[in-house]
Amino acid sequence: MSEAREFKHIGQRTIRPDGFDKVTGKANYGADLSLPGMIWGAILRSPHAHANITKLDVSRAEANPDVLAIATFEDFPSVNAAAQRDGTQRDGMMDTACNILANQKVLYHGHAVAAIAARSEAAAIAALDLIDIEYEVLRPVLSIDDAISAQAPILHETMMTQGLAEPATKASNISARMELKKGDIEAGFAAADVIVERAYDTPTVHQGYIEPHATTVVFNENGPSMIWCPTQGHFDVRARVAQLLNLELGQIKVVASEIGGGFGGKTTVYLEPVALILSRKSGRPVKMEMSRGDVFRASGPASASQSLIKVGAKMDGTITAMQATLHYEAGAFQGSPMGPGCMTVFTPYDVENLYVEGFDVVVNKPKVAAYRAPGAPQSEFAAEMAVNELAKKIGMDPIEFRLKNAAKEGTQTIYGPKLKVVGLEACLEAAKASPHYNAPIPENVGRGLAAGFWFNIGGQSSVIINLNPDGTGTIIEGSPDIGGSRASMQMMAAEILGVAPSSLNPIVADTEHVAYNQTTGGSRTTFATGMAVVEAAEDIVEQLKARAAAMWNVTAEQVDFKDGVAHNLTGEDQLTLADICASAEKTGGQISGRANINARGAGPSFAVHICDIKVDKETGKTDVVRYTAIQDAGKAIHPSYVEGQFQGGAVQGIGWALNEEYVYSKDGIMENAGFLDYRIPLASDLPEIEAIIVEVPNSFHPFGVRGVGETGIIPPLAAVGTAVAEAIGQPISSLPCSPPKILKLLMSAQ
Amino acid sequence: MVALTYHAPESLEEAVQLLSTARQPVKVLSGGTDLIIQMQGLIQDERLVVDVKKIPGMRAADWTEDHLILGPSMSCAQFTKRQDIQTVFPGLVEAAYLIGSTQVQGRASIGGNLCNASPAADTIPALMVNRAVCLIQGLNGTRRVNVEDFLIGVGKQCLASDELLVGIELPKPTARTMDAYLRFIPRTEMDIAVAGAAVSVTLDDDGVCTDARVAIGAVSPTAILVPSAAEALIGTRLDDDALLAAAAASSQAANPISDRRGTVEFRRHVVGVLTKRAAKIAADRVGEV
Repeated sequence: MSEAREFKHIGQRTIRPDGFDKVTGKANYGADLSLPGMIWGAILRSPHAHANITKLDVSRAEANPDVLAIATFEDFPSVNAAAQRDGTQRDGMMDTACNILANQKVLYHGHAVAAIAARSEAAAIAALDLIDIEYEVLRPVLSIDDAISAQAPILHETMMTQGLAEPATKASNISARMELKKGDIEAGFAAADVIVERAYDTPTVHQGYIEPHATTVVFNENGPSMIWCPTQGHFDVRARVAQLLNLELGQIKVVASEIGGGFGGKTTVYLEPVALILSRKSGRPVKMEMSRGDVFRASGPASASQSLIKVGAKMDGTITAMQATLHYEAGAFQGSPMGPGCMTVFTPYDVENLYVEGFDVVVNKPKVAAYRAPGAPQSEFAAEMAVNELAKKIGMDPIEFRLKNAAKEGTQTIYGPKLKVVGLEACLEAAKASPHYNAPIPENVGRGLAAGFWFNIGGQSSVIINLNPDGTGTIIEGSPDIGGSRASMQMMAAEILGVAPSSLNPIVADTEHVAYNQTTGGSRTTFATGMAVVEAAEDIVEQLKARAAAMWNVTAEQVDFKDGVAHNLTGEDQLTLADICASAEKTGGQISGRANINARGAGPSFAVHICDIKVDKETGKTDVVRYTAIQDAGKAIHPSYVEGQFQGGAVQGIGWALNEEYVYSKDGIMENAGFLDYRIPLASDLPEIEAIIVEVPNSFHPFGVRGVGETGIIPPLAAVGTAVAEAIGQPISSLPCSPPKILKLLMSAQ
Repeated sequence: MVALTYHAPESLEEAVQLLSTARQPVKVLSGGTDLIIQMQGLIQDERLVVDVKKIPGMRAADWTEDHLILGPSMSCAQFTKRQDIQTVFPGLVEAAYLIGSTQVQGRASIGGNLCNASPAADTIPALMVNRAVCLIQGLNGTRRVNVEDFLIGVGKQCLASDELLVGIELPKPTARTMDAYLRFIPRTEMDIAVAGAAVSVTLDDDGVCTDARVAIGAVSPTAILVPSAAEALIGTRLDDDALLAAAAASSQAANPISDRRGTVEFRRHVVGVLTKRAAKIAADRVGEV
C-alpha cells in the first residue's frame, strides 16, 4: 500500500516511447497497411433513416469484371436465414450483425446494406451503383418523445420492454426500464424546505476521434486470418468476428495498429467482419476505410438524453431526497448506457432517499457506442444543474453545499456497494483553495462549478516482460494505448526493476503473442494492466534474486534486490540487473516475468470543474475564458498524461455543452456529417485548461492508482451550463448552449 | 475510368480558347480550396480543369492612378500581407484573413471566393462596399460588371462558359473613407459565416458621415448591398440611434434560411448586430488615420 513513498520514476514526466514516431509520421495507423495483391472494399449505405428493403439484387455487380467479392447480411453464418432455419443462430449476435450489414430493414441514414470488393477503391465505389436496391420508406423516429408516443412507428416488431412491473404485451420502442432506489423518496421530499424540479435534455454527440475506422485483412484457410485495425480492444474484435463468422478464436489474429483516438467509439466492429468475408470470397487481402461522413453517420455516437430531476433540501443545506427519470436514446438497436447513467446520477451525494428510473429507447439514428464514462455525462449534467440551482435558492456556495452532502468512505450507493476511500471531499477542498475559485468573477462572465463521478473498472490483463542479455527489456502488453499508457507501464516496471524507464520497450502485442486482455476502456489500463506489469516485474525480481543467489552460492532469501541491484546479505557482493542478465546463460537461461490477472478493486475517481464563460448578449456567442479541472488520480504515474486526460475530458465536455450536436432533417438525414458543421472546439476556442491533480490513493493498487480517463468529461456539461445560466441570468435546461438557443433565451427575457 | 484533363494555360487567349472549345464540363482552378472539395465524389465524371494561376497578372495586385487592380488568383496569404492594401482596405483584408486556416489561405484567392459565389463568402460583402468591378475576358472581348451584379444566385455568377474573371478593380476610396468586415461563427476560426456584414463609411472633418455602403452575407441567396442601411448612416455622426437604424435596415433586408448553421430569426438579428459593430469599427478607423 502506498503511504507516502519515495519513488524514483513514478511521478516523473518522461518522454513517451511512442511519441517520436507519432510526431515524425512514422507510426502506422489503421489505414497505413497495404499488402501485395490487396483489393479495396466499399459499402453501400442507406439514403433513408427508416425503410424496408424490398429488393436487393447484386447480380449486375457480380457480373462486373472489376468486382471480386460481395457481402451481404446473408454472409453471416451465425445469424443468417440458414442459421435461423436450422436453429443454430447465435442470439446475442443478431443486433451486431444487423448493424454491420442490414437485414431486410434499414434503421438509420448511412446504415450499411452491402459491400463490394474490387481491384481499386474507385472501382469498388463505382460498382456500388450496380447493386439493384429498392426501399419502402417508413416514417423515421428521431426523438425520445416521438419514439415513446403512441403513434410512433415501431422499429423492431419483436421488441418488448424489459423490466416492467407487468410483462409487456406489445412491441415498443422502449427496450428496457430500470429502477434503483434507496430510503423513502416521498418522506425525503416531505422533509425538504426547498425543492427544485426541472427537465433537461442533451443532444446526440460524437467522440470525434481524428482517425476514421479502417482495416486491412487477410483471410487464411490454413492458418490464422489476420485483421489489422485501430481498436481499443483487439481481443474483443477477435471475439466478435469469430462469433459472427462461426470461427474459433485461434483462427483469427488481430493486430492493433496505432490508434488515432477512440474515447469508447473503437470498442466494437464495423468494417472488420465485412472485410474478412470479402477476403475469404476473393482470396485477396482487403482494405476498407470509412470516410469522415461515414464515421459520423454510421459509427457509434453517444446517446441523446432527456432527464427529469427533482432534488429537495433543508434550509441548512442537507439534501433530503433526489429523484430522476432518465431516457437515453440507444440509436437503432437497444443498448444505451442507461444503466450506468442511472447508477452514477446521484453518486456524488450521500443522501438518504433516492429514486431513479431509466429507459432505453430506440430511434432511427446510428447505434450508440461508449463515449468516455458512458451514460454519466448526460445524467450527472442534469443532476448537477439541479443541485446548483438548489444551492443558489438556499443561498449556499456550491462547494459548501456539496461538502455538506458529499459522498465519502462508507456512503451507501444506490447501485449496491458502499464507497471505499474516495477523493470527492479532497477535490472540493482543492477547488475551494484554487486560484480560479478565489478570483473575482469578471464583468459579463458567469461562473459554474460541477462535480462528477465514475466507477472505473479493473478486469483481465496479461503481461510478459522479457529481459535481454544486456539488461534492457520488452514489456509485452495487450492494452491498446490511447492515452499514453505505454509510458506509464514503462515507469511502473522501471520502478520495480530499478532500471531506467527507457531501457524497457513497451509494446502492444497482437492477440497471438500475449494472453487475453480486456478492452482499453473503463479507465482500466493504468490500473489493471499496470498491476499486471508490476506483478510481472515482481516475478522478475524473484528470478533475479534466485540467479544472483546461484552465482554467489547462497539461498534466494539471502539476496536483497533494491534499485536495480542485488545485494548478497551474507557479504558485500553486488550484481546489477544487467550483470545478472549477462550471466543468465550460466544460471539457467534467459529471464522473463509474467502475470495474468483479473484485477479487483478499481478505485472510483471524482472530479470537480470550474468554468468561467463570457456571453455576447447581442449574439448569444459563448467564450470560455477560464477553466479548471480538479480530479482524484489516486496516484499520478505520469502527471503530464494525467493532466492530458483531465484536459481532454474537459475539452470534449465543453464541446458537448457548447456547440456539438447531430443535426437531422425531418426525414432523418444527418445534415452536419463533417467537422465543418459538427463543431468540436478548436484550440483557439479555449483557454489553457488548468489541471489540478488530487491524490487520494487507491489501496488496491500497488502504487495507489485510480483510473483517470473518463471522469473528466462528466463535470463540464453542468459547469458550462451553469456558467452560461449565470452569465445570461436564465436557467439552462437544454444542451448544446449554441448561440441561436442562447440568443432566444436572451430575447425572451427582454 | 476517371477522365480528368488538366491544362495550365500561360496566356489569357489560350485560356479563353480552352474554355470555349471544351467538349466536357470545365472547371476553372485558382487556389482549388473549394473546387477540389466539390470534385470529391464526382470522380467518375469526365471533366477539364483549367488552372489559371500561370496567366500573367492573375496573381498580382498593382495600383494605377485611381485603382487597385487585383489579380483574382492572388492567394489570400499574399494579399493579407500587403501593407499597402491593408492601409486602404482594412475590411477587405480582414475578410480574406477569415477564410479557412493559415494553410488554406496559402492557396485560397479572392477571385475564387467570388466565382464560387457562396452566399456566405467572406470577401464578397467587403468587395461590394468598396465598389469592386469584375473585369471579364471572353472570346469576343472584355466586359465590366459591378460585383453586386456579378452574382446571380447560390453558387452562380454571370460568367458565360467561355468567360474568365481576369481582374478585380477597386477604386481608391475618397479621403476619410474606411471599411470593416465582421462575420458571426460559433467558434473562433475554421468555420463558415452564419451571417456577415461589411460597412464602408466616409466621414467629414466634423465626423459626419457623408457616404456609406453596407453589404451583408450569408443571409440571402447572394451577398447583397443594403442601401437603406447606408442611408441610415449618411448624414449622422454614427450615434447609437443611427447605428440601431442601420442594424434594423440590415435585419430587414436579410432573407435568410434556417439550416444546420443557424435559424432565420438568429441570422436576421445577428446580421443587424454585425452591421452596427462594423460601422463603428470603420468609423473608428477613419478617426485613427
